[in-house]
Amino acid sequence: MRYAEAGYDLEVDLTVENIERVETDPKLTELHLGGQGLAAKIIFDRVGPEVDPFSPENLLIFSTCLFHATPVVGANRTIVNSISPQTGLFAHSIMGGWFGPELKHAGYDRIIVRGRADDLVYLWIHNDKVEIRDATHLRGKGVQETAALIRKELKEPNAQVAAVGLAGENRVYTASIEHGWSSASRGVGAVMGDKRLKAVVIRGTKDVNVARPAELWTLTQQMRVEMGDSKDIGDWMATDEDDSFHHNHFSWGNSRNRRKDFWSEELEKRWYNLKYDHMDRQIGCYNCPKACINVISYPGRRRFGYKCFGKDTYHMAAFKELDFSYEILGVAQEYGFDSYSTPQVIAFGIELYDAGILTDKDMPDFPDDPGDRTWYLLEKIVRREGIGDVLANGVYWAARQIGNGAEAYDHNTMKKFEQVPIKLGRVNPAYFLMFATGEKINITQIEGSFPQDPLPTREEREEFVNKWVAPPDDRFKEWFLNWEKRHEISNEAVCAIVDWNEAMHYLDDSLGICAFVSSFRGQFGGGIPYHIHNLPHLIELATGLEFDKEKLWQVFQRNRNLVRAINVRRGMRRADERPPENHWALRDEEYEQKLLTDYYTFKGWNEQGIPTKECLDSLGLEYVSEDLLVRGILTEGETSLPKKQQRKRAPVKKESSTKRPRRKKATAADTGELNEELMAGGVDSERRISNGKS
Amino acid sequence: MTLSGELATGKVKNIKVNLDKCNACRACEMACSGFHAKPQFGSFNPARSRIRVVMDMLNDEYVPVRATDYAKAACAGRRTYMINGKEYSECSFCGNVCPIRDLFKEPDSGLPLKCDMCAGEELPLCVQVCRREALTYEEIDEVQIEVKADEMETGIKALIDKFGPQKVSDTFNRMTKKD
Repeated sequence: MRYAEAGYDLEVDLTVENIERVETDPKLTELHLGGQGLAAKIIFDRVGPEVDPFSPENLLIFSTCLFHATPVVGANRTIVNSISPQTGLFAHSIMGGWFGPELKHAGYDRIIVRGRADDLVYLWIHNDKVEIRDATHLRGKGVQETAALIRKELKEPNAQVAAVGLAGENRVYTASIEHGWSSASRGVGAVMGDKRLKAVVIRGTKDVNVARPAELWTLTQQMRVEMGDSKDIGDWMATDEDDSFHHNHFSWGNSRNRRKDFWSEELEKRWYNLKYDHMDRQIGCYNCPKACINVISYPGRRRFGYKCFGKDTYHMAAFKELDFSYEILGVAQEYGFDSYSTPQVIAFGIELYDAGILTDKDMPDFPDDPGDRTWYLLEKIVRREGIGDVLANGVYWAARQIGNGAEAYDHNTMKKFEQVPIKLGRVNPAYFLMFATGEKINITQIEGSFPQDPLPTREEREEFVNKWVAPPDDRFKEWFLNWEKRHEISNEAVCAIVDWNEAMHYLDDSLGICAFVSSFRGQFGGGIPYHIHNLPHLIELATGLEFDKEKLWQVFQRNRNLVRAINVRRGMRRADERPPENHWALRDEEYEQKLLTDYYTFKGWNEQGIPTKECLDSLGLEYVSEDLLVRGILTEGETSLPKKQQRKRAPVKKESSTKRPRRKKATAADTGELNEELMAGGVDSERRISNGKS
Repeated sequence: MTLSGELATGKVKNIKVNLDKCNACRACEMACSGFHAKPQFGSFNPARSRIRVVMDMLNDEYVPVRATDYAKAACAGRRTYMINGKEYSECSFCGNVCPIRDLFKEPDSGLPLKCDMCAGEELPLCVQVCRREALTYEEIDEVQIEVKADEMETGIKALIDKFGPQKVSDTFNRMTKKD
């Protein structure tokens, strides 16, 4: 009997309309747990670096995680992975709601979609019955509207739906996949639209079993009560209307201006009334006692839900106020737009117009007011109309396509992806490493366990440390006790701290735990219910598999290095791991690069940030190191074999008819830029690749 | 049962539902299914739950409904109710096992599910897991029955006078004896 898992994958080929149910290998669960970790292995195995994200060969994987459908509280994050058309790298994406548990109850641990349908379709999964159904009548419809229509036509009011809106259908890079009031972005919306998959609909009514019922129930029920009462978890912004944190410290517009004195009591009162006058309720996700999502009925707008920073991004990009966000969010969400990156692209477009790089020819009848301009560009981008077709590829590609000095305005992307708009004073060592090396592409996906700032007095630090359960070992407590100035902290400490921050995220991503009760939230207050000390026990109770801290940490490293290997294979190198020059006002290149080198060494990576053979093999990833060696990405120097036993470098494996430029041997001089020929032109790159010409 | 005009009362268990507080987590569904599973808490399946959250996100509708009785046929002419700008169908509040929907039936056998308020537990499981207080436990008074003893006293007195107390007692016992 499989515990906690369904034990099957659903393989869907949209090109030939083939559907298969494939039994999974339980050994892989023990090595990767599930969720993003196992999806990374599947993508490493099956999506080679020559595969264009908009080709039928790219996979779109919806994964449940190990704790879904068990009583583990807050285990409801569904993972969506692919290769992103914007970054050319592993697309990491998560959404809340009820989707993953429903999928597991339908009898599947993941849905692996390949190919491309002839015309718009949706996937209907009802336990053992799986159908690819016509969705042409849903073309252009909003995500909530689509969900309602599908439930009605199937007569399944309890089905869970994940859908793309017009943005995804048009392969806008900042398109999202929307489910309930939750959203999965960072590339997967565009891929889903490219595959002409309008929605995935699930109804699952099968049992999910756990290995040690009474113990698991008792422990999770106890945690449920504590978590329900705790002020230290969930989104504090749901109940605390003081949002000076974002408004005074993050940047407005195209990540341009900081307004340190923006927040006021008067404003807070006004916005409080605006919210509570229009808020229907606050809801949460499957099996979680918190209610982080605010559901708003705004006059003349369809109902929408948002949480956390998602309420600020539009009005901060447009130099407006909360009412502007409330006006636009209902529409933007129905279109299926990621609320973090989309406002940044729009603000970038506005800045270019003000700088004269984009003109009235590019934006006919462009209004004067920044709010109206935001609407204008939103409507253009969703339809890929005019300048919208360029901006729809995100800031990085749009800048290069527009040229004429536009690249200088691309000052807040990393690895070609829009970062949260924040530009502060002195370089923060931990944040430098996290921005530089994080491959989940967004800072919120790597920070979160170690506090952002030191506490001012020794007494306060001692008080904090005395009830701090989460740290893996006492060194973290020592470091925190002695930490007085943010930037004054040893490289050794910073490396371990960043590694720990990242570990908890990667574990959450394979177990399905929401970061707001785990990997993101611990940095604020320290009182986090999930940490490296209790997760192994929970895994044992749910699955029956033996786990301890060391074994679990290894799973993190294994999954982490798989993601790294995918990206390194696609051309990512040290030169890509540079925050923009203006990311902090006060930089120190020598210090930063030394820190980066120390971190690479700490992680088991070479000077270019490529995992060494020793590192990979120690995690059972021999097939990965083998592949990197064959491709010349790792050289003989990176093995631990004595020189005379090292093979001569094998010739580059001949790929299919697609001609790739010859892979250069990875050297320190390697600029590390992704092969521009593969990626230039965004949506048109597929044409170049598929006809075999380089 | 008294022979004078006293009131008879009793306590009945009830789960009170506050729709405004439901956060749609559906832990109640998960917990109910687990409690009734064999081994207990060994498997989970909201489709087997005796309490289901009837949801319509666009309408902001979240109604936890507990299973009640088995209905042979669906109601004719199902009504809708407008409450504070939201439209609810009669079915949203109904706990019947009904042919037109899959709620409150075992998904494999189709047999009806019955809510017994987790007899034997201090609190029903759905209440235990609901941390939002959308579901709370209460005991409410049973419908009060006024016992009109006068008629009965007159009748029995007449029989005793005619046949004597022993014979009346024997006859009563014989008639009420269960086989």
